[in-house]
Amino acid sequence: MAKMTMVQALNHALHQQMRKDDSVVVLGEDVGVDGGVFRVTDGLIDEFGKERVIDTPLAESAIVGTSIGMAIYGLKPVGEIQFSGFSYLAFHQLESHAARMRWRSQGGYHVPMVLRMPYAGGVRALEHHSESREAYYAHTPGLKMVIPSGPRTARALLVSAIQDPDPVIFFEPKSVYRAFREEVPEEEESMPLGQAQVVREGGDITLIAYGAMLRPTLEAAQRLEDEDGVQAEVIDLLTISPLDTDTFAESVRKTGRAVVVHEAPRSFGPGAEVVSRLVEKSFWYLEAPIQRVTGFDIIIPMFAYEQVYLPGVERILRGARETLNA
Amino acid sequence: MPREKIDLPHHVEYLSILDKDGNVDQDLEPDIPDDQLRKLHRYMLLGRRFDERMLRLQRQGRIGTFAPIKGQEASQIGPVAALREDDWMVPAFREAGAMIWRGQSMEGILLLYGGFNQAGEMPEGINNLPVAVPVGTQVLHAVGLGYGMKYRGDDRVAMTFFGDGATSEGDFHEGLNFAGVFQTPVVFVCQNNHWAISIPRSHQTRSETLAQKALAYGMPGIQVDGNDILATYVAATEAVERARSGGGPTLIECVTYRRSVHTTADDPTRYRTDEEVAEWEERDPITRFQKYLKDKGLLSDQELEELEEEIDTEIRDAVEKTEKRMEELAGEAMVMFEHMYAELPPYLREQRDELARELAAKEGSNG
Ligand SMILES: Cc1ncc(C[n+]2csc(CCOP(=O)(O)OP(=O)(O)O)c2C)c(N)n1
Ligand SMILES: [Mg+2]
Repeated sequence: MAKMTMVQALNHALHQQMRKDDSVVVLGEDVGVDGGVFRVTDGLIDEFGKERVIDTPLAESAIVGTSIGMAIYGLKPVGEIQFSGFSYLAFHQLESHAARMRWRSQGGYHVPMVLRMPYAGGVRALEHHSESREAYYAHTPGLKMVIPSGPRTARALLVSAIQDPDPVIFFEPKSVYRAFREEVPEEEESMPLGQAQVVREGGDITLIAYGAMLRPTLEAAQRLEDEDGVQAEVIDLLTISPLDTDTFAESVRKTGRAVVVHEAPRSFGPGAEVVSRLVEKSFWYLEAPIQRVTGFDIIIPMFAYEQVYLPGVERILRGARETLNA
Repeated sequence: MPREKIDLPHHVEYLSILDKDGNVDQDLEPDIPDDQLRKLHRYMLLGRRFDERMLRLQRQGRIGTFAPIKGQEASQIGPVAALREDDWMVPAFREAGAMIWRGQSMEGILLLYGGFNQAGEMPEGINNLPVAVPVGTQVLHAVGLGYGMKYRGDDRVAMTFFGDGATSEGDFHEGLNFAGVFQTPVVFVCQNNHWAISIPRSHQTRSETLAQKALAYGMPGIQVDGNDILATYVAATEAVERARSGGGPTLIECVTYRRSVHTTADDPTRYRTDEEVAEWEERDPITRFQKYLKDKGLLSDQELEELEEEIDTEIRDAVEKTEKRMEELAGEAMVMFEHMYAELPPYLREQRDELARELAAKEGSNG
């Protein structure tokens, strides 16, 4: 076991998977010599060479479209989009081809590719560097959409994503990249995609979060215990699509109250889907309206106001207390 | 049934007028009025000093990430100097020098990199689009502006800037293709600064030049010494005149060098050598132009010293003013709800009120 940041844990997963399977290749802008702008691919080019760790020309569409071809040919491309805000230049390749190739060829071809990208706010960046648009991908049939919350889940989920036979969009919360360390086992560890985790048990209310929002949500849960004597159960979704309904539906059948937390805009966001499923599966157990604590339906402001925009511990607490007092 | 070379209607030229030591090719030397020459120099110097100042501010944590222009002053000031005020300019994100020439304030630029929404507001009467961060995407907007100009019969021109890396994006090719097909009055200015973050120009495209990409879209392409303000000015003036008179678009490749970091988040020692940077220091666009002006009797050591002082004061004032403004604006977070739509829909008004209540409660509990 070593204590790693999320960047180190992801880097570790890439090293290990590339050693194990020579069909894994990494491609993207500045992923080779520079080691990626966040250094997630640091050192890969030294060990595996530039045929496998490919510094591409500046073209997102080409990164994704080429990955699709590689994947059909039997490689396992792990593409990097420098920031999720630039993934739209490749959106048509994801929606029109990556997501559909298995279906279009009736199982003849499939696209085992991973597309990694940092997403979300909190690092005082320029425009297009702070958005959370996981809903676009989660809304696309044929894609999987994964978002780890810490070093250990990041490593384990990336391993599963690389081994998965279908295209996986892998969002990395950039404010978590170097925020803290966790024990990450040396030997390969994976986690099934499509499975949420109960990270804190409690019987009074269910708080559902993912990505960078997990930590403030856990902090809010602790404060609910300390200040209100309330036991909150916290669920880390980890995979946004396919969404693990059972874990949160079951939890809410126990607690009767729920708050969904995300940074993404509220309307048509992942929270809306979680709430719908709760209404479908746990309606008769609900004791209060479900709250959404989310980003507003506006473009995330430039960084001077970013912290006001982002949901934090206080806003989560308020949502939880409203639910508890309803 | 021959097999022969095809003659294309356009070819690619290279242009350099003032060499790195400040010697001028007298046959090619343009006839630029003295005042304009002085102005070109002033704005290049201002661009350089402002850039240096922003780098220090960033290092001190007083502004956020930005993309320095050091070394690229001639590549951006020469081209915009060929524009009329009522023409349009469509920048990428490394054109602070061009933006200032075109009437944007240093305060506005500092406010942008200070992270304030309010920086997006364009001063009255200035036809510049805001900074475009997604690489290459803005190229198409210039084509659309050009289409509008042609449609309305306005004798205007749209000029857009982008980097060498941007020429790999689909939007660049689609933009040139549209402009070629529709013969829109657009000047495409590529600042080939040799690097796209860590990717060298040679790895961006197998093409010998970037200028030659013009040929594929049926327009003239010219490669110029981008550190030679006379060359960039001359090439742009020709292109602007051609576009204005109905002759269609042009691609200009300004060969220059990014002497600084990609952005302040970048560490170039990971991918390039100090020798390469030193080599380009010797080809500085400002030093050679100063020599030219001195030879022409348009600049003395004393005038230069005075100009440096003047610029220093201007920059200092702009920084002071902006820092004061940033303090004032710090509490104005509610502006994040402004300018989303012409009219804020009801559900957004609710969200805005929700945030206002939260901020008021916080204020109350702090007070
Ligand atoms: C579509 C898109 N992809 C990636 C990025 C991240 N990025 C910002 S600048 C840059 C390199 C741009 O190179 P070039 O076009 O040569 O312009 P320069 O930075 O050299 O001025 C990259 C990859 C981006 N801003 N937009
Ligand atoms: Mg460049």
